[in-house]
Parts: sequence; structure tokens; C-alpha cells
Amino acid sequence: MNGRPLSWFNVTSLTLGFAFLYLPMLILVIYSFNASKLVTVWAGFSTKWYVALIHDQQFLDAAWVTLRVAVASSTLATILGTMAAYALTRFSRFAGRTVFSGMIYAPLVMPDVIIGLSLLLLFISIGLDRGIFTIILAHTTFSMCYVAIVVSSRLQSFDKSLEEAALDLGCTPFDAFKSVTLPIIAPAVISGWLLAFTLSLDDLVIASFVTGPSSTTLPIKIFSSIRLGVNPEINALSTILIAIVAVGVITASLVSKRTIAKREREALEAN
Amino acid sequence: MNFRRLLIIVVPYAWLIALFLVPFLIILKISLSDIAIAIPPYTPTFDLSAGWEGVKTFFSELDFENYIFLWTDDLYWKSFLSSITIASVSTFLTLLVAFPIAYGMAKSPPSWRPTLMMLVILPFWTSFLIRVYSWMGILSNNGFLNSFLVWTGIIDSPLHILNTNIAVYIGIVYTYLPFMILPIYASLEKMDISLLEAAEDLGCTRMSAFWLVTVPLARHGIIAGCFLVFIPVNGEFVIPSLLGGSSTNMIGKVLWDEFFNNRDWPVASAVAIVLLLILVIPIMLFQRNQQKQQEAVL
Repeated sequence: MNGRPLSWFNVTSLTLGFAFLYLPMLILVIYSFNASKLVTVWAGFSTKWYVALIHDQQFLDAAWVTLRVAVASSTLATILGTMAAYALTRFSRFAGRTVFSGMIYAPLVMPDVIIGLSLLLLFISIGLDRGIFTIILAHTTFSMCYVAIVVSSRLQSFDKSLEEAALDLGCTPFDAFKSVTLPIIAPAVISGWLLAFTLSLDDLVIASFVTGPSSTTLPIKIFSSIRLGVNPEINALSTILIAIVAVGVITASLVSKRTIAKREREALEAN
Repeated sequence: MNFRRLLIIVVPYAWLIALFLVPFLIILKISLSDIAIAIPPYTPTFDLSAGWEGVKTFFSELDFENYIFLWTDDLYWKSFLSSITIASVSTFLTLLVAFPIAYGMAKSPPSWRPTLMMLVILPFWTSFLIRVYSWMGILSNNGFLNSFLVWTGIIDSPLHILNTNIAVYIGIVYTYLPFMILPIYASLEKMDISLLEAAEDLGCTRMSAFWLVTVPLARHGIIAGCFLVFIPVNGEFVIPSLLGGSSTNMIGKVLWDEFFNNRDWPVASAVAIVLLLILVIPIMLFQRNQQKQQEAVL
């Protein structure tokens, strides 16, 4: 849909829209450098909340738990989700396929409280000790569905005959997957992993249900500190998290831009 | 080949059955149980050692008492009703905010689009909790918005916005906006501009061309976006508990309190089952919409 100039209405809605999306976070970042404990009174530039944060052992512990959970669950979810995507897009017919695809789409919209409560009741009824392990199981379960959807859209869009050609030329199915399919779907697999990773970092509700007394994740810690109001240490922590995400996403998009440009250049040279 | 194929299907399938489907059966079972002072805090519990007789007594002790309780106690059905109302209103508000943005993105020069897309996705990657939290500092009585409005002289005394439903609406629109923008943008971007030109050549005004051509073509995106907002908002917990007040009764928060504060697991499970029954129709409609869209692509 292009070929028409942007009207003033389009420009205004884009400007206001992005201002709405970014101003609250910008305000949060600015006030994290405020010397005053009050949110609104500006008492000069200070990094004391960052210093306080680094010396807060509880936050450091929670961050470490969160990181371990996120790495483990997103890796597991990527493996399971890629398998599920492959099953859904390449095997058009098997018993219970509808149920399977239903279970892939349902967790996307299922309220967190239901997933959290149901998993907790499962863990209790099989007598599993709650802690990091149960959070990893829970996070893997819902993030594998996101991975499956990201990867299956990539699997659908690529030319299946490439796989068939590899098989005709004597590849084993595993070799064909490894040397043809995997490189093509790799960007989707990587973004699936990143998505699963951030979903895990982000989750408060499900982790609150399935965690044990000894493992507190960062969102649980943040939630308990902001329940009663604004807390400058949390502003500092939020700024750090926002910065990490911004740097990560911008780097990823620059890298993918460069790979696309390189690929196009190579295609041109080949012609 | 066959063994491998089996493995690829069975492993994720079994995982989802064990950790997604089975837990629902357990919730269903506990919602029919009674609260007890024990570990776990409900009765009856399943005891296989008692054999067939044990199974029979187990089933005879299950009843619908908790559901009758939900029906008769005002708190619950009022919370369900207010969750559905808040979810519907905020879905509509999100659509109103998202459509012009998605439309502007789809009309912008192709070279801008990846950057605009990234700008929409970026908030989605940052913590949901932090995005909700950022509004606490803005909306509170001595917060950024009130200080700004008092400073400009628009109002004399601060407005009470935090801990009201208005704050909940703002929080929902803000956090769920990318879920609405992206599917609408995806369907608008594919639209063939010559269709609009044809409509105008045939005598449509710009406005009627918009309603007769653009909106129907963006239909799948609009529907997908609305479901992606409406369904999860019904069970939202974080937004009502941080931005809402004592008058904001959303069912996600009721379930949380029932479970963590009252430790009444059977009632919490019954609340979850009713919420699920309410959402089953929209979830199925959403899946049908997604399948149709996929078929349209293929």
C-alpha cells in the first residue's frame, strides 16, 4: 500500500502514537537519575539509586535466578517449538493434529492466572518440589508455542522443493534438515529464542504461582517493591533493563540488515 | 524416516498434553472438591491404593458446591461482568488508537517501514511490568501529569486518576497497543492501492472508499488484533492491581486473592474454570480467524 503521500492526518497520528508509546518510558529513565526520592520533584542529577541497586543483594540474587530460568527455558522452548512447527507444517495429516494446533495457539491468549494456577496444581499433585525447576518447566510450556508460531510462518513461506531436491540428490532426511532447512529457518529460530527469553524475563504471574519459597525472580521482586508506590531503585533497574533491550534489538536489526544487504550483493555478483 | 517423524510429533505433543492439557483436568477436579485444612488444602484426594471402591467414593465426594457459591455471591459475578466490560471497552479504545498508527505506517515510504516496525515492537520486548509501572509515576496525585497540568494552569488541584478505572484503561491501551497495531499493519501493508483508486474512479468519496475497501480488506487484521487484546485482558492481574483501585474488580485479581490470600484453592479453581468457559468462544473464533488468514496466504 504505497504510492500516496502521507497526509497531515497520517503524520499526526504517527507522531502522537509513537510519543504515547515512548514518553512514559522516557520519563521513567529521566527520573531514575533524580537525586530526590520523590518522583516529581527534580533535585538534581544523581546516580545514587544505581549505586544502591548494585549493593542490594536481594536484587542481584533475583536477577541471577531470572537469568538462569530464562536461558534454560528459552533453549528448551526453541527445541520443542521448532519440532512442533515442523510437525505442523510438514506433516499435513496425523491423529490429533487439530488438538495439537489448538494447544499451540491457546497459550497465546490464555490468561496467565489460569496457566499459573493449573501448572501449580499439577506440580503439587505429582509431588514436585517447587523452585527454579518448576519455573523452567512452566516457562518452556508457554514460550514453546510462541516459538512454534514464529518458526512455522517461516517454514510455510520457504520453497519446499529445496528440501525435496536435497533428498533427491541423496541427502538423508537429517542431513537435508541440517544443511538446507535449518540455515533457511535460522533467523526465525533465533528470533523465537529471543522471544522466549524475553517472555521468561518478563513473566510475573506464572512464576508467582509455580515458584517455591527460595526462588524469587526479578519480576516477583519488582512487583513486591512497587506494590505500595513508586520506588527510585526500581526506576534505576527499569532504565538498565530498557537499555539492554534497546541495545539488543537495535544490534539485531542492524546485523540482519547487513546480512540481507550482503546476500543481495552476492546475488547481484552471481548474475 | 517414520521413526524420526514420530519423534518430531510425539515429543512436543506429549509435552503439551502433560503440561497444558492435564493441568486443566486437575483444575476441573479441584474445582469440584471441598476446601480442607490439610496439605494439599482440599478434599477428596485421589487414593489409588483403595482400588475401585476408592475411585467410587472419590467421585461421589465431588460436587458443584463451589460453582453454586460463585453464582450466589455478588462479588464473583460482578467481577466477571466488570472484567468483560473493561475488556470490551479497552479493546475498542485500543482499536481507535491503533488503527490510525497502523494506517500511517502502511502509507509511509517503504524505506521507513522497517524502522517504524522496530519502534512498535521495541516496547513489546521491554518488561510488561515496567511499562505498567511507568504509568504509576505519571498518573499519581503528585505525579508527572498532574504537576504538568497544574503548572500550565489547566487545572487548579490535581486530578485523581491513579487507582481508578481510567488508569486501568490507560494501562491496557498502552501495554496492548503493539498487539493491535501489528496485525492491522500486516493486513493493510498487503493492500493493493489500485483498488482504492478504482473505487474513487467509480465515484466513491475518500471516506466511503475507506469504509468500503480499506476496512473490509483489513478485516482479518482487525479481528485478530481485537481478540489478541480482548481475551488476555479478561484475566489481567498486573494492571488492575497496580493501576486500579478498590472499586476495580477484575477476575484475574479475584482469582489471585482467592488463591494467595484466602487459600481457598477449590474456589480459585472454579473461578478459573468459569473464566475459561467465558473465553472458550472468543478463543475458538480467534483460531478460526487465524486459520482463514493462513489459508488466504497459501
